[in-house]
Amino acid sequence: MTQQFAGWQKAAVALVLLLLLLVPWAPQVVYPVFVMKLLCMALFACAYSLLLGFGGMMSFGHAAFFGASAYVTGLAAKAWGMPPELSLLAGTLAAGLLGAVFGALAIHRQGIYLAMITLALAQMVYFIFLQLPFTGAEDGMQEIPRGMLFGLIDLRSDFAMYYLVFFLTIAALWLIHRVVHSPFGHVVVAIREHEPRARSLGYPVERYKLTLFVLSAALSGLAGSMKALVFQLAALTDVHWHLSGDVVLMALLGGMHTVFGPAIGATLVVGLQYYLDAFGGWVTLVTGLIFMVCVLSFRSGIAGAVEALKTRSRTGP
Amino acid sequence: MTEIFGLPLPVLASQIMLGLVNGCFYAVLSLGLAVIFGLLRIVNFAHGAFFMTGAFAAWMLQHYLGWGYWAALLLVPLAVGGLGGLFERSLLRRLYGLDPIYGLLLTFGLVLVLEGGFRIMYGTSGQPYPVPQNLKGVFNLGFMVLPVYRAWVIAAALGACGLTWWLIERTSLGARLRAATERPLLTQSFGVDVPRLLTFTYAGGIALAAFTGVLAAPILHVNSGMGSNLVIIVFAIVVIGGMGSVFGSIVTALGIGVIEGLTKVWYSEASTTVIFVVMALVLLLRPRGLFGREGAA
Repeated sequence: MTQQFAGWQKAAVALVLLLLLLVPWAPQVVYPVFVMKLLCMALFACAYSLLLGFGGMMSFGHAAFFGASAYVTGLAAKAWGMPPELSLLAGTLAAGLLGAVFGALAIHRQGIYLAMITLALAQMVYFIFLQLPFTGAEDGMQEIPRGMLFGLIDLRSDFAMYYLVFFLTIAALWLIHRVVHSPFGHVVVAIREHEPRARSLGYPVERYKLTLFVLSAALSGLAGSMKALVFQLAALTDVHWHLSGDVVLMALLGGMHTVFGPAIGATLVVGLQYYLDAFGGWVTLVTGLIFMVCVLSFRSGIAGAVEALKTRSRTGP
Repeated sequence: MTEIFGLPLPVLASQIMLGLVNGCFYAVLSLGLAVIFGLLRIVNFAHGAFFMTGAFAAWMLQHYLGWGYWAALLLVPLAVGGLGGLFERSLLRRLYGLDPIYGLLLTFGLVLVLEGGFRIMYGTSGQPYPVPQNLKGVFNLGFMVLPVYRAWVIAAALGACGLTWWLIERTSLGARLRAATERPLLTQSFGVDVPRLLTFTYAGGIALAAFTGVLAAPILHVNSGMGSNLVIIVFAIVVIGGMGSVFGSIVTALGIGVIEGLTKVWYSEASTTVIFVVMALVLLLRPRGLFGREGAA
C-alpha cells in the first residue's frame, strides 16, 4: 500500500478518469445522475476505508456522518439560503464535528466494541433526525435547491452539477491518497500494526486515531452533502444502519485492506441496488447473501484478489 | 390519589412496569449474546434476527396450523435453536481463529438475509398475534392494574435467565462450558468435545432469543424489522454493562428498561435516545463498562 502506483494502475486510473469526464456528453449511454450517485458512494466508501482498511478501525455507524451532512447541507441551502459551496462546506464540517464526538467516545475501545459503540451512536443520531422538526421525518427533506455555484454557475443543469461532483470527488480521493502517503499516514500504519510499540515510541496514539476518525467522517460528510444536492433530497435512509452496513460491504467487496478498492465495491453495490430496487426485500436479501459469501470465501476483496494474482504471476508457478 | 414527583402513582408504576417488560427482553437477549461471545468470541449480530424469526415462527404456527401459544413457546425455541446450530456448524465455524470482526460481518449478512426474506414474504406491516386465552385479563394491585400477560413475560424471562444461570454455574455441562471459555485447548485435551460444545452453546443462545421472540409476539407487532432495532439497543447494553458477567448484563438490561420507561413519562421525545446517552456517559466515566473486567476488551 505504501508503494506508489505501478504503470498499469496509472493507465487504468487515466482511462477511468477519461470515461468519467465524457459521461455528461453521452447521456443516452449512461445516465449522469446515476454516475453522480456512483461517485458520491465511491467517495463515501473510500473515506470509510481510510478508517477501516488504512487505520484498522471498524466503524459500524458511518451512515451517521453521511446522513447528518446531507441534512445540514439541505438545511443550509433550503432554510438559510446559503450558496452551494457554503452549504457543502457546512455539511462537511458538521460531519467532521460529529466524527470528533463519535471518535472521542469510541477510539478507546477496539475491534468489535468500537463497531458496537459506533453503531449505537449512529442509531441515536438516526432517532434524533427522526424527531427534529426540519427533517420531515419519514418524508425526508425535499426540494433542496442546488443554487448558483459562486454566484456564477447554475447547478440546476445536470451538466454543471456533474462536473462539480466529479472534481470534488477526485480532489477528495487525491487528498486521501496524499494522507496515506504522508508522514502522518506512516504513523497511522505503525499504530495499526503495533499500537503498544507506537505508544512506547512516544506517539500520541489517541490524537492520531482521532484525527483519522475526523478526517474519515468529514470526507464521508462531503459525499453525503453532494448526494443531498444531486438528488435535492436528504432522507432517513441516509442515516439508517442499512447504509452503514452497505458501506462496510463496499469496503469488504472492493478490498478491505486497500484504500481505493472500496470504490470498485461501491460501484458494484450501487449498481446492484439500482437494478434490484423494484423488488423490495430482494435488495436486502441479495446484499446479505453477498455479504456472507464475501466473508466466508472472498475476504481480501476484488482489489486484494488482483494484488494476489499479480504477485503470483510475478513469482511464477 | 398518591402522587410522586407530580405524577399519579398508577401512571408512574405502569411505565416502570412497561420498562421492566422491555428490560426483560433486553436481559434475555444480552444474556444469550454474552454467553455466545464468551465461548465463541463471536458478536452475534443475528441475535435480533433470530428473535424476529422466533416471533414469526410463533405467528406462522398459529396462522397456518392453528397451533396455540403454549405449543409455540415449547417448539419454536427448539426449531430456531436447531437452525442456529446448523448455521454455526456449516458457516460460522469457518471463521474461528480469525479477527472477530468477520464473525460480526457474517452474522450481519445473515440479518439482511432473514429480514429480506421475511419482508418478501410478509411485507413490512406488523402481523397481530393474540394474547393466549388463559393469560388475558388484569391483576388489580390497588395502586395499578397489571395485565396478566405482562406479569407472565417478566416471570418467564427472569425464569429463563435463572435457568441459564443455573445451567452455567451449577451443572457439569456448565462447568465444561466455563472451562472451555477460559482454556479451550486444555479443556479439549481433557477429552471434552469442545466443537460440539460450541454448537450447543450457539444453539442455546439462539433458542433463548427465539423464546424471547415468542414472548414478545403478543406485545410487539410481528414484523421483519423488530429484531434489528432491539439488537442495537442490546449492543449498547452490552457496552454499558461489559460482557464480563452474566449477572451484570441482566442487571444492566433491567435498569436500562426502567430508565427508558421513566424517560417516557417525563420527556417522551428522548425515550428512544436515552439508552445511547447512558452509553456515552458510561464510556466517558468508565470506559470498560459497569461490570467489565480489566483486559476483557
